[in-house]
Amino acid sequence: MQPYSALSVIWNGLTGQRDWSRQWRDREPKSAYDVIVVGGGGHGLATAYYLAKNHGIRRVAVLERGLIGQGNAGRNTTIVRSNYMLPGNREFYEHTLKLWEGLSHDLNYNLMFSQRGHMALHFDPAGRDAFARRYNTLRMTGSDGRWLRRDEVRARAPYLNWSPDARFPIEGAFVQERAGTARHDALVWGLARAADARGVQIVQNCEVTGFIREAGEIVGVETSRGEIRAPKVALCVAGSTGPLAARAGLKKLPLETHKLQAFVTEPLKPIVHTVVSSAQEGLFYLSQSDKGGLVFGGEIDGHPSYAQRGGPRIYSEVMEKAVALMPWISRVRILRQWAGVMDMSMDGAPFISTTRVPGLYFNAGWNYGGFKATPASGWCYAHTIAKDEPHELNAAFSLDRFARGAMLDEEASGPTPRLH
Amino acid sequence: MRLACPFCGLRDEGEFAYEGPVMDWPALDARPAKWVDAVYLRDQPRGETRELWRHHLGCGSLLEVVRNNVTHEVASVGHADPAETRALKVRVR
Ligand SMILES: Cc1cc2nc3c(=O)[nH]c(=O)nc-3n(C[C@H](O)[C@H](O)[C@H](O)COP(=O)(O)OP(=O)(O)OC[C@H]3O[C@@H](n4cnc5c(N)ncnc54)[C@H](O)[C@@H]3O)c2cc1C
Ligand SMILES: [Zn+2]
Repeated sequence: MQPYSALSVIWNGLTGQRDWSRQWRDREPKSAYDVIVVGGGGHGLATAYYLAKNHGIRRVAVLERGLIGQGNAGRNTTIVRSNYMLPGNREFYEHTLKLWEGLSHDLNYNLMFSQRGHMALHFDPAGRDAFARRYNTLRMTGSDGRWLRRDEVRARAPYLNWSPDARFPIEGAFVQERAGTARHDALVWGLARAADARGVQIVQNCEVTGFIREAGEIVGVETSRGEIRAPKVALCVAGSTGPLAARAGLKKLPLETHKLQAFVTEPLKPIVHTVVSSAQEGLFYLSQSDKGGLVFGGEIDGHPSYAQRGGPRIYSEVMEKAVALMPWISRVRILRQWAGVMDMSMDGAPFISTTRVPGLYFNAGWNYGGFKATPASGWCYAHTIAKDEPHELNAAFSLDRFARGAMLDEEASGPTPRLH
Repeated sequence: MRLACPFCGLRDEGEFAYEGPVMDWPALDARPAKWVDAVYLRDQPRGETRELWRHHLGCGSLLEVVRNNVTHEVASVGHADPAETRALKVRVR
């Protein structure tokens, strides 16, 4: 791997940009590996990277149905935060945020990780008290969080609706200063490049269509490019998990598949300097990309769907929320709208788990929040695959937690995926 | 997506709430493991599915909808409880 540095940028600038080498190689599949990771999204690539880096497993393949990063890794609103409250969630998400803080250096790739802060607005005393409980828990367990009074929020976000007749008058906000955003394509390519450099083979246009079994164990996969064997097969296909896992013998799962939309406006001069979120009348979150577009979204469409497109009910709901918070946004044009297929779990928390099928490992259930989780998900999943047992950071994310009454329901909305 | 409520007619999806798949619930005195499965585990259909929806911003009926979750084509909408359909037919007449 050709290392990137200030010197290499200057050198190539002076010599006509002719000496850059390929960042990673798109391989032909081999007939056998030690571990097959199914799915070349952020989580699959991170898993392969940490399998090679932390566990010295070199014969790793990432099999991707299409092109890497064309799933949810390339469709999300890139918010990274760790403001989770329940034990199990909070250690994991704090670990992911810590990994993010060193990841650009670790991968030698500029992920444009910008810790610009995440402000969760509140509009009434009940909202303030609920957040105070959450953010005090964060402070007491080694993360960061702070309450901002109305005037402090106003100083940071003068563009919000501060008029006395605002539909939802803002009372204050809780901020996590270490939260922020990152560049999603850079994460995918940075992981692919670093994994490739450690010997991981990335195979694109290779769809897993079935599983090879011997004596009840999974010993490989059937793909659109032939059979490939490995003693360990690790699913990492996010929104495509349900139908694929069923073929591996996991017919019923604590998952429902929904779709989530996002929107981006035409580029504007810098105006929104933090991530802003509101849970008033349904979720809304907003940030400004480095290109200047306002990137925002709301809730999932509310019914199971594998269509990678959103319905008009959510367009209007999200636009109403945007205009209620920032009336001036009604004059900005929306450039693009898209949707991704979400693996919504029954309690809103993910799975990084061994399974009852020998040779099969399971990673899914990321709901709206799997982009931020990418580094720690790969880190913990690699451990689980290499050691055949979870790390303590993902022990709470087992597939059988419901039977033990150990659900992780951060939103307290019960076994109703559309509400998480 | 629009759903044809048998009572109210063709309405936008925004008037309806998805209530989960149509499924057989265990007997009330079934083993706890059966209830855990029923409450927390789901079949993973891709294509045509049978679902329960409530017309919560309309007549309030609980509906059984046969729908394709890839194309969003709706094959049929009826009352989840056949007795309700019969009762409504009498009233409408
Ligand atoms: C609109 C939207 C906004 C979001 N916003 C945020 C956010 O702000 N912050 C946050 O933390 N999270 C966010 N998320 C969630 C986050 O994007 C996902 O949870 C995360 O990307 C999922 O992990 P992944 O990157 O590995 O998934 P994906 O990129 O979807 O990877 C799965 C891969 O598996 C491949 N695959 C599927 N089936 C097969 C097969 N049979 N064989 C081979 N390959 C297969 C797919 O092609 C895909 O590339 C958002 C998601 C969406 C859709
Ligand atoms: Zn009706």
